[in-house]
Amino acid sequence: MAQLEVVGVSKRFGNLRANDNISFSVRGGEVLAVLGENGAGKSTLMKIVSGFLRPDSGRVAVDGQTIPIGDPQAAIRAGIGMIHQHFMLIPRMTVMENLILGREPRTRLGSIDTRQAKQEVEDLSKRFGLHVDPNSPVESLSVGEQQRVEILKAFYRGAKILILDEPTALLTPQETDRLFGSIREFARQGLSVVFISHKLDEVMKISERVMVVRAGQLVDTVDTGQTDAFSLARMMVGRDVDLGASRTTSGLGNVVLTVDHLESQLSKGQPLLGPISFTLRHGEILGVAGVEGNGQQELAELLAGIRLPSSGTILLDDKRVDSLPIRRRLESDIAYVPADRQGEGLVLDLKIWENFILRDYYRPPFRKGLGIDVKVAKARTQAAVDAFDIRPNNIDLPSRALSGGNQQKLLLAREMSRNPRIMIVSQPTRGLDVGAIEYVHHQLMSLAQTGTAIVLISLELDELMKLSDRIMVLFRGQIQGIVARPEFRRDAIGLWMTGQKGQEVRQ
Amino acid sequence: MKKWALSALKPLLTVVLGLIVSGLIGQLTGYPASAVMSALWLGSVGTVTNFASTLVIFIPLSLTALGIAIAFRAGLFNIGAEGQYWMGAIAATWVGAMGGAWPPGVHLLAVILAAIVAGGLYAMIPGLLKAYRGAHEVITTMMLSYAAVEFGHYLIEKGPLMLPGAIPESPAIAQSATLPILVPTTELSAGIFLALGAILIAAWLMTRTRLGFEITLLGKNPKATRLAGVSAPKLTVISMVIAGAFAGLAGGVQISGVSHQLMDSFANQYGFTAIVVALLARNNPWGIIPSAFLFAALQSGAGYMQMNANIPAQMAYVIQGAIVFMVAADRMFDWAWIRFRKGRWGQMPPSETPAIAHEEVSL
Repeated sequence: MAQLEVVGVSKRFGNLRANDNISFSVRGGEVLAVLGENGAGKSTLMKIVSGFLRPDSGRVAVDGQTIPIGDPQAAIRAGIGMIHQHFMLIPRMTVMENLILGREPRTRLGSIDTRQAKQEVEDLSKRFGLHVDPNSPVESLSVGEQQRVEILKAFYRGAKILILDEPTALLTPQETDRLFGSIREFARQGLSVVFISHKLDEVMKISERVMVVRAGQLVDTVDTGQTDAFSLARMMVGRDVDLGASRTTSGLGNVVLTVDHLESQLSKGQPLLGPISFTLRHGEILGVAGVEGNGQQELAELLAGIRLPSSGTILLDDKRVDSLPIRRRLESDIAYVPADRQGEGLVLDLKIWENFILRDYYRPPFRKGLGIDVKVAKARTQAAVDAFDIRPNNIDLPSRALSGGNQQKLLLAREMSRNPRIMIVSQPTRGLDVGAIEYVHHQLMSLAQTGTAIVLISLELDELMKLSDRIMVLFRGQIQGIVARPEFRRDAIGLWMTGQKGQEVRQ
Repeated sequence: MKKWALSALKPLLTVVLGLIVSGLIGQLTGYPASAVMSALWLGSVGTVTNFASTLVIFIPLSLTALGIAIAFRAGLFNIGAEGQYWMGAIAATWVGAMGGAWPPGVHLLAVILAAIVAGGLYAMIPGLLKAYRGAHEVITTMMLSYAAVEFGHYLIEKGPLMLPGAIPESPAIAQSATLPILVPTTELSAGIFLALGAILIAAWLMTRTRLGFEITLLGKNPKATRLAGVSAPKLTVISMVIAGAFAGLAGGVQISGVSHQLMDSFANQYGFTAIVVALLARNNPWGIIPSAFLFAALQSGAGYMQMNANIPAQMAYVIQGAIVFMVAADRMFDWAWIRFRKGRWGQMPPSETPAIAHEEVSL
């Protein structure tokens, strides 16, 4: 008997068909992967299933009982538990408080029955093998542990059907493995799991069946055992995708950037980063790995001049640049593509061409009298927009009108057109779909080919292993290890990311 | 043209709805809407004299609103433009009444420049505090506005600008420091050209110069602006100085063109009405022309209504209030529009629509 059954769900937003007559079912004990690019309609579909959105038509049934649509409470009562990509936890409260929030067990006097609450929480975490200390505040937990709390929260509310939205996005390889172990355990105990992802390898690894959606339509549902990553990619994107394009390095040039004992402190004796030292060569891609919040952002900002170091030096060729303000660094041909492209990289309300000249509007060829040479600016932008295939290509639109992938293309186009000698790129493919990721990777590789040295900061180990010449792992602001291309090993890098020293692989 | 018309649609709707609501209120309180509106019309634009007195109010309103709008574009809420207006007026009075022999035109020019500089410098204080100390400009401009008004009172009550007598007022400025009157028997001076010129300059500044580009950047996204190498603190100070300069000019023109001396009633709270003027104009210099005109007409019409149609002037303030309310609530129109487009109710609340769209993108 199918535990969850979704029949003929359609949902439109204006002219956009987010979901077009989609049906699927998940049995108890089964892991179904929902695979699709960003914007394909995965999240819309799951929001409909979990009652956050009301579909235009279609129905959702659990154990053969149709549940009222557009009612999150009804969905929870029916046993549907949704784990969002961004956790919905209260950082200052303890694990237990977060779990029971909204459904507190009461004593006869009406106060919260802590003893019973603790008992229930412990039972749940034992039953599903999700170990967290119920008394520790959520803010002190790692991302993986917070996710466990989210899952426990769903179970506490009686979930029998677990929907996980891009659950591995923020996890280390080890945490991902652990999560997969838990998912298998849930399935073994007869729960149904819906696993939403755009990562092919994960889908191949964890699911029994894969449902592929593209542009709001169900492409196909296949047994995982009967398919492979390439056919899935083709179904997802609608054309052949080059997944393996790996980097060929044609010898590296001279050292262009020397970072020496660079340190940034929050306050005296509270280092955020460093002291760290490394060098970068012409045409080299240095990957910076690490769990989010281990100093990557600080490193990027120190190199770009947004943050000034408390000590240490940065040499560009033989010139010190560590105390130069941002504009002088930009003029020294250091480019920076920030992770937060909407918040820091672009001004969303401004037009595409205005964003394109954002960092050079004050100097030739864009400078004209007291103003800006709009004609030149527009011509340059149009050329870049065409070259980078940014769509829509109307440069008078606000950059808000672009999709995430096209916004990233615009950012790359802008920074690459500045002919940088050093480019700092942070999370260049976060949230992008497969096609756009492929494109960004290709652009970064060809940029390195032309001699630009790239510092590539990413949470995606696969991306780093594909693009980098060397990978540097940061842990609590320190370099935990640096490894060069032939010696890349997932497990070793993963261990470094969690702070364990693996001296034998250190270069 | 089409785009321009579309962006004017919402403010227009705002005003029309404000008029309808206040018409209803008038009807209910025994003043027929038609009588109120026709008295307003007559009192604001019906005769040459009334039209001129509307323009007299238009001048300080539009100039002060420019100052507020430009600060707003930079993401700064210059609530205390009233104070910059006072400082401009004080400086203008001081220069205008200082005596001495001036070549033709130079005295007037000095008065105007003094007003601009005084307003600009006075706004620089909150600018510096915001840029380098993080003090919120809403608080500082507001407080400094009281300080300026009280400073002005001190000057005319027992300070160096006091004219002996029972009424607190300053000596009149010299003839050579006044703006020529355009329409005899009215107060309409050549200040109207200064106001229109200032609007032109502000529009040019905001749309045609790099400084205007930077100010817009700062207002839209301070973080990205900083990453583009622009010094946000410096730009904050500059934006406030420019804003203050326009408000100061307003005060100077009022002294030089209308009141010819500093006294308590000369300000008439223009600095606060101008905030609404700027909001209704959506901080667009060109938009300030219709928007300032509307509020000027309401004010000048109010007096006429009271005197000639026996309708309390408060009725005009009800209208003003209704329009202000509509301006403040103009998101309401977006909401109604979405509902209308969807053609059915019971969907998710509109505030969620962009949020969800945003989330889809950021996943």
